[in-house]
Amino acid sequence: MSYFVDENGYYGKFGGAYIPEMLYPNVEELRQNYLKIMQEESFKKEFDSLLKEYVGRPTPLYFAKRLSEKYNTKIYLKREDLCHTGAHKVNNTIGQILMAKKLGKNRIIAETGAGQHGVATATVCALMGMECIVYMGEIDIARQAPNVARMKMLGATVVPALSGSRTLKDATNEAIRDWINNPVDTHYIIGSVVGPHPYPDMVARFQSVISEEIKWQLMEKEGKENPDYVIACVGGGSNAAGAFYHYLDEKEVGLIAVEAAGLGVDSGESAATSVLGNEGVIHGSKTLLMQTKDGQITEPYSISAGLDYPGVGPLHAHLCESKRAEFVSITDDEAMQAGLELSELEGIIPAIESSHALAIFKTKNFKKEDVIVLNLSGRGDKDLDTYIKYFKL
Amino acid sequence: MNRINQKLQEDKKLLSIYFTAGYPQLNDTVSVIQNLENSGVDFIEIGLPFSDPLADGPTIQASSTTALDNGMTSEVLFSQLKDIRKTVTIPLIIMGYFNPIMQYGVEAFCKKCAEIGIDGLIIPDLPVLDYNENYKAIFEKYGLINVFLITPQTSEERIRFIDSISNGFIYMVSSAGVTGAKNSFGNAQKDYFNRIAEMNLKVPQVIGFGISNAATFQMATSKAKGAIIGSAFVKYLTENGVNSISKFITEIR
Ligand SMILES: Cc1ncc(COP(=O)(O)O)c(C=O)c1O
Repeated sequence: MSYFVDENGYYGKFGGAYIPEMLYPNVEELRQNYLKIMQEESFKKEFDSLLKEYVGRPTPLYFAKRLSEKYNTKIYLKREDLCHTGAHKVNNTIGQILMAKKLGKNRIIAETGAGQHGVATATVCALMGMECIVYMGEIDIARQAPNVARMKMLGATVVPALSGSRTLKDATNEAIRDWINNPVDTHYIIGSVVGPHPYPDMVARFQSVISEEIKWQLMEKEGKENPDYVIACVGGGSNAAGAFYHYLDEKEVGLIAVEAAGLGVDSGESAATSVLGNEGVIHGSKTLLMQTKDGQITEPYSISAGLDYPGVGPLHAHLCESKRAEFVSITDDEAMQAGLELSELEGIIPAIESSHALAIFKTKNFKKEDVIVLNLSGRGDKDLDTYIKYFKL
Repeated sequence: MNRINQKLQEDKKLLSIYFTAGYPQLNDTVSVIQNLENSGVDFIEIGLPFSDPLADGPTIQASSTTALDNGMTSEVLFSQLKDIRKTVTIPLIIMGYFNPIMQYGVEAFCKKCAEIGIDGLIIPDLPVLDYNENYKAIFEKYGLINVFLITPQTSEERIRFIDSISNGFIYMVSSAGVTGAKNSFGNAQKDYFNRIAEMNLKVPQVIGFGISNAATFQMATSKAKGAIIGSAFVKYLTENGVNSISKFITEIR
C-alpha cells in the first residue's frame, strides 16, 4: 500500500479536488506546476537557504532527559518551536511564497486558526514585499490576540471571519471565497495538509524537511535513522505529515497522531475527527470530517485554536483507515497539564497544540528501550493568556 | 423529454430564480415555488442549504444558515416536495453542495429526485471528471440533467469538453466571484458573453451570478438563452415576504 498521493490526487479513497469551477484554473495551474517548480535547482537552492539562514534550520533534536526519566523511556523532542515565528508553519509558507513568485502572483491570502500560520504567512510576505490578507475567525482573533498584533505589525490585513463557528473552518471558507473573487493575481497559501489536490501533497513536501532532519540527527545520536515511534499533534495535519513523511514506508516506525478531544470525545465539545468523523467533503477534499447525518459540517471545539478543525487532511484519513498510524485523543485538561509539565521539567513552554502530543505519556506506556521522537510543533508564547487563565498564574 | 429540454426549446428568453429551501420559514418552500410559477418564472433552482457554501456570498450564506436553523435537511426537502408535481409544471432543479448529497447517497438522492419530479441538479463542487466517471450513469438512469458551470477563466478547450458532456444547459457564471447581486455589467462581462455566444456550443447557455434587475437580466439574455437570479431574489424575499413575489418578477421583464 502506498501512503503517498497518487497521480489523481488521492490517498487511497481520500483526497481529490472537490472545488467549484471558479477555482479550477487556479488549482489546475498549481497542480500542473508544483512538482516541476519544486524540482528546479534555483527553487531548491532558495528554499534551502531561507530555511537555514532565515528560519534557523536544522532545528535541534533534543534529548529530553528529565521527561524521559519521568516516563522511563527515551524521548527526543524535535524542536520546531525554535523555528523563526515559533512553529513549523513557516516551513510551508517559505515554500509557498517562493511557489507564488514562480507562478507570477503578487497577492497572498491565507486562513489561520491559532494565528501561527497567519504570522508565518505575514512574515514571508514582508520578506518578499507582497500584499498579505489573512482570514481569521472572530473567536480566534480574541483568543490569540498577540498573533493578531504580530500580523498587523508585519503589514498584513487581518479580516475577521464572522460566519459559522467563527473559527478555523470559517476562516478557510472566507479565504476560498476570496480566491474565487480574485482568480488571477492571487495565491492562496493554505496552512495545513488540507484543501484540494495538490495542496495536501505540496504542504506535506514542504514540511517533510522535519523528518528528513530527524533521520540524520537520530543517526548521530542513536546510530540509527528510525525511532520506534514518531508522535505529533494533528489539527489539519501538517506538522504530523512533516514528521511522518520519510517514515511512512518504514513499517517498524510506529506513527502516533494526537487529536484534540476538547472536553471529551463524548461531550459534544470535541475536535477528535478520527473518532467522531466520517467520510465526506470539506474544503475541496474528500476526507474524514465531523458532520451531521445530513452532511452539515459540525462545529468542533478545542482549547487549542490550531486543533479546532472539524476535519483532517486526506493523508491522515488514509493513515487512520489503513491503521498505519494510531490515532489518540487528548482532552483540554490533559493537554494543559502536559504543557505545564514540560515547562517545569525541561524549561520549554510548548504551544497548546504541541501539549496535546506531550500528553500521550500519561495515556500510553512505552518501553524503557523505546526511542521516541515527539514533534514539538510550536512554542507557547501565543498561548500565555490561555495558560494564565487556566492555571490562574 | 426532460422538462428542462422542453423549456429550452421555447422561443423566448428564460428567467430562472434561485431560492434557498426552508427560507424564510421552514414550510415556505412549496409556496415560494408556486408563487414563482404563477408569476411567470420559467424554471426554478431550489437551493439545498449547506453549512459551508464556498461559492456563495453573504446573502445566500445567511439564508442557508437560517434554513438550517429552521430544520431544513435533504429528508425534509423531499417530504415538502412530495406532491409538488400536482401543482407545478415548470422545470425544477436542485442546487446543492456535494457533501449533503454524498451523505444521503448519490443514487438514493437521484432516485428520490426522479420520484418527486425534479429535472436536474447543479452541484458546484462536484468535479466534472468525477461526475463523468462515477455518477453520470446514475443521473442517466433517473433521467436527471446535470448542469455544469463555466466562468470567464474557463479555457476554450474545457468549455468544449463541458459542452460535449452536457445535456441540458451550461451555467455561465457571469464574472469571477461568489454569488451576489450586481447592478450592472462591465465591458469584461460583455466580451465574455460575446465570446461564448460565438463558440456556437451544442447546448444553450444560461447566465447566473450577479443578475439582479431588469437591466442585468436584459444584458445577460442579449446573447444567452436565459438568466438566473439568486441573491437579489433572496434579499427581496427577506425584505418583502412570500406574498410579494410576483411584484419582483414583473419588474424583471
Ligand atoms: C504550534 C502548532 N501546532 C500544530 C498546529 C496544527 O496544525 P497542523 O495539524 O497542520 O500541524 C498548529 C496550527 O495552528 C500550531 O500552531
